[in-house]
Amino acid sequence: MDRNTQKGNTMRNIRTFRYLLLIAVMALIGAACGDSGDDGGGDGGGDADGIRIAIVGPSASNDLAFTQSIVEGVNRLDGVSEAAITDGTFVVEDAATAIRNYADEGYDLVLAHGSQYGGSLQEIAPDFPDTQFAWGTAADTFGLANVSAYEAASDQGGYVMGVMAAGLTESGTIGVVGPIEVGDAKLYVDGFVNGAKATDPGVTVTVNYIDSFSDVALASEAAESLLSVGADVLTGTAQMTVGAIGVANENGVAWFGTQSNQSSVAPDIVVANQVYKWEVVLQDLVDAVAAGDLTSEVYEINFENGGLVIEYNDGYDLADDLVDAANAAIDGLKDGSITTGA
Amino acid sequence: MLAKTAIPIAAVIGALVVGLLAIAALGADPVRALEALVQGSLGSRDALIETVLKATPLLLVGAGITVAFRTSVINIGGEGQMVAGGLLSTSTALVVPDLPAWILLPLVLAMGLVGGAVWGGLAGYLKAFWGVNEILSTIMLNIVAVQLMNYLLRGPLIDPGEIERGTRIPQTKRLPEAADLPLLFGDDRLHSGPLIAVAAAIFAYILLWRTTFGLRLRAVGLSQESAKYAGVNVRWSITSALAISGALAGLAGAVLVFGAESHRMVTDGSTAGFTGNAGFNGIVAALFGGLHPLWTIPASFLFGALLVGGNSLQRAVQVPSALILALNGLVVLTVVSTDLVRRRLAAGTDDAHEAAELVSAQAEDTS
Amino acid sequence: MSDLLTTASLVAIVASGIRLSVPLLLAGLGETFGQRSGVLNLGVDGVMLLGAFGGYYTTLKTQNVWLGLLVGLGIGLVFGLLYGFISVTLRAEQGISGIGVYLFGLGVSDLLFQKLVGTPLPIPSFPELAIPGVSSLPVLGPMLFEHSIVVYVAFALVPVAVIVLNKTTFGLNIRAVGETPEAADSLGVSVGRVRYATTIIGGAMAGAAGAVLTIELSIFQQNLTNAQGFIAIALVYFGAWRPIGVMLGALLFGLLNALVLQMKTLGIIPPDASNLAAMAPAIITILALVIVANRFRAPTALTKPFVRGT
Repeated sequence: MDRNTQKGNTMRNIRTFRYLLLIAVMALIGAACGDSGDDGGGDGGGDADGIRIAIVGPSASNDLAFTQSIVEGVNRLDGVSEAAITDGTFVVEDAATAIRNYADEGYDLVLAHGSQYGGSLQEIAPDFPDTQFAWGTAADTFGLANVSAYEAASDQGGYVMGVMAAGLTESGTIGVVGPIEVGDAKLYVDGFVNGAKATDPGVTVTVNYIDSFSDVALASEAAESLLSVGADVLTGTAQMTVGAIGVANENGVAWFGTQSNQSSVAPDIVVANQVYKWEVVLQDLVDAVAAGDLTSEVYEINFENGGLVIEYNDGYDLADDLVDAANAAIDGLKDGSITTGA
Repeated sequence: MLAKTAIPIAAVIGALVVGLLAIAALGADPVRALEALVQGSLGSRDALIETVLKATPLLLVGAGITVAFRTSVINIGGEGQMVAGGLLSTSTALVVPDLPAWILLPLVLAMGLVGGAVWGGLAGYLKAFWGVNEILSTIMLNIVAVQLMNYLLRGPLIDPGEIERGTRIPQTKRLPEAADLPLLFGDDRLHSGPLIAVAAAIFAYILLWRTTFGLRLRAVGLSQESAKYAGVNVRWSITSALAISGALAGLAGAVLVFGAESHRMVTDGSTAGFTGNAGFNGIVAALFGGLHPLWTIPASFLFGALLVGGNSLQRAVQVPSALILALNGLVVLTVVSTDLVRRRLAAGTDDAHEAAELVSAQAEDTS
Repeated sequence: MSDLLTTASLVAIVASGIRLSVPLLLAGLGETFGQRSGVLNLGVDGVMLLGAFGGYYTTLKTQNVWLGLLVGLGIGLVFGLLYGFISVTLRAEQGISGIGVYLFGLGVSDLLFQKLVGTPLPIPSFPELAIPGVSSLPVLGPMLFEHSIVVYVAFALVPVAVIVLNKTTFGLNIRAVGETPEAADSLGVSVGRVRYATTIIGGAMAGAAGAVLTIELSIFQQNLTNAQGFIAIALVYFGAWRPIGVMLGALLFGLLNALVLQMKTLGIIPPDASNLAAMAPAIITILALVIVANRFRAPTALTKPFVRGT
């Protein structure tokens, strides 16, 4: 076979592709004729069965962390006829597309569940003025009538965990495995550190941000590193901390979980979990959508409104005085006599 | 002959069949899945636009890959080079936001090229002059790039509003509108990025097959020894091949930033959160295009369609879009196993032909 | 800084570095065999992920870590065989076909995990073995001799690999096939068979490396390896295609990562600068290679398929 035949092959291949493209274009025209197109977003109100919600989340919907919390929250809402989920959308631009598509498909409420999605939502929401959007964790509605934001006062839960951790440590050193020092993770960690310090100024809280949300091996070694400096209580946030929980489990070191209930992962060492109950604030939003109203509010789940709860692990024998201390801290955070300082 | 030309198409169809069987095995409806795949990527104007936009970074990276691979340089640093281009162009837009659009837009795109060229060229320089294998250096530079991105987006480049509100999301503020990639029709998301990508592919084609420089690159790719013998500066060729490849990947990064919905650079802390894995998928597209820049155009479109269709497939039948990734791998394996057999059969005569071309070109040069 | 130089801290860094280096070492040693015979497999990371998922799922279902390791190794072996078929029999372009393997492994492991498991449930990890006698040594004991069994096995494979490559007929054939396949062929060595053997070894080791990773971590997650397979390939180049060099590269990379982590823990590296510090292992690896690179050269026939009579 000489060079010209090869070129000929290439040309023929390109021609084959052209045919394929032609077929695609024809399919497109056929589809456009058959399809009456979108109805321009929600009709502003739910039907008799309830409203249709769509969720776009960055990690798996069973990640025991951030995305799982919103999926569980939505499943506990009343007045929802359908909940569609696109999970694992860590590519920001793909998430933007999914958000746009859901709005286009007429979902009544579209939840952009990732603080990194905000910039995209800000551009998309004005194109669908009748669709209600909400995003989190965030505190900014961009001044748009159809965008609400929701956030978790995860510093509050962190603070309470810190109080318990300070009471639990015998070595006086507590370790924290963090992902990258940003957003919700930073909020939780700062609250945790301040809670521990407020309880016992003598304890050392060592924070190790591993600079990755995904490197499980590094999270595991970060936990080992914390143990090496004497930490006997650990906590951590974001999806890669499963690696750190494993280390805590192996070494019989107490663990505090956040975002979702992690007791099942390590039933012997998980002391308590800060769990997000998004339904507490989302129910308002759903009711408003059902009534045909658009909402532009910043919601926060916290101890006072019951959106944050501490779920203890029944398998862990936690001293009563520490539970009391935690409850006192929760009460203080509720009535404002304590601030997390985060 | 006919059977051989049909191989890439057969590979895609074969992979699709495997995918549909897998979907059935996973308990979902393959008919609905196929419908979602096609409908979601080609079935409407919006879907088609999505596909074209998804194909854009694949084509830019892929066009660069053809230049590198034709020089026998394996560039698996597309991810890092995209990040480098994105970061430099973003920084530029933040430093001189008030320039008029006709200066700012070309400037930021050029900076995307520069950022990627530096990142790729560094690997090329290390290979050519220090003997550092490019697989090692591009992988390590990918690691460096992601940390650099997180450092800059968390610190110097962060949206001041994020610090004010205490939310600290690692992203820049909205970049100046003057730097937005112009919309082609104004009423949808189709921006001029795809045109830039097609132009880049044509550029790569002309460079490789219509210039002496490109001929030298290909000569190096065929045999470094005979290229050296014919008077080609092999080291310089390798450095520039990786720089060009990196530059086009960097341009892809810039296009992602200035064509994004959010018109800013934002990350979830991973490279893929920004690039969408285009640094790797671009290689797939280039390969599927037979390492020919022009043929990479339809190949990128096809893979863009697969990726977009995969997302809609996930929405429709709740099968993770990881399936599409696996199918892409399968397509690569099938194509590379068959297509390259054909190429090898032709290799003997091909080499001789190229070498003759090279020698005559050198003769022209010196005369 | 003085905190860093305490005994406890140094022990922690070295022990952690060794643990981090084990999957890199296993995958790198396997890849060394392949490359010495002239076959580059860029798909190591994909095979690691498949082996990791296989190992995880098996261990989850049977609670038997050794069975998990065996399954991971077996899956790797199968993909090594497949890769041999693609690169030796079909003579596919190696730089590219490996990317196919990578994407396939990345996608399939994620897909199966999401569909078959979903929530990351913990699995048991390998038993630890304090080596009698030496483990009670001060400093060195806890640094080197209180690891899980697979750590010792991984390092014990280094001299094994050296001996196989340098002192056996099989090793001689591998090197011959990687340097001058034509000559080897004319001497009656089956180039194809040798290369099949090395890609199978490489695949099996990559699969085992993935299984070791998941079992040591007691968990699986999407893209668990986080590109460790690519780093392993890079370390083969770093180690100049010699098992001991690969081991040194893996240790260097592991120890640097462990050092950075420990410095973060001790507050020597403030959070603001931690990203910059996290670049260090990659940059130092490149620089280290700059220093030694020109002294070694790759197997002549690396990535070149063999066709008799050319």
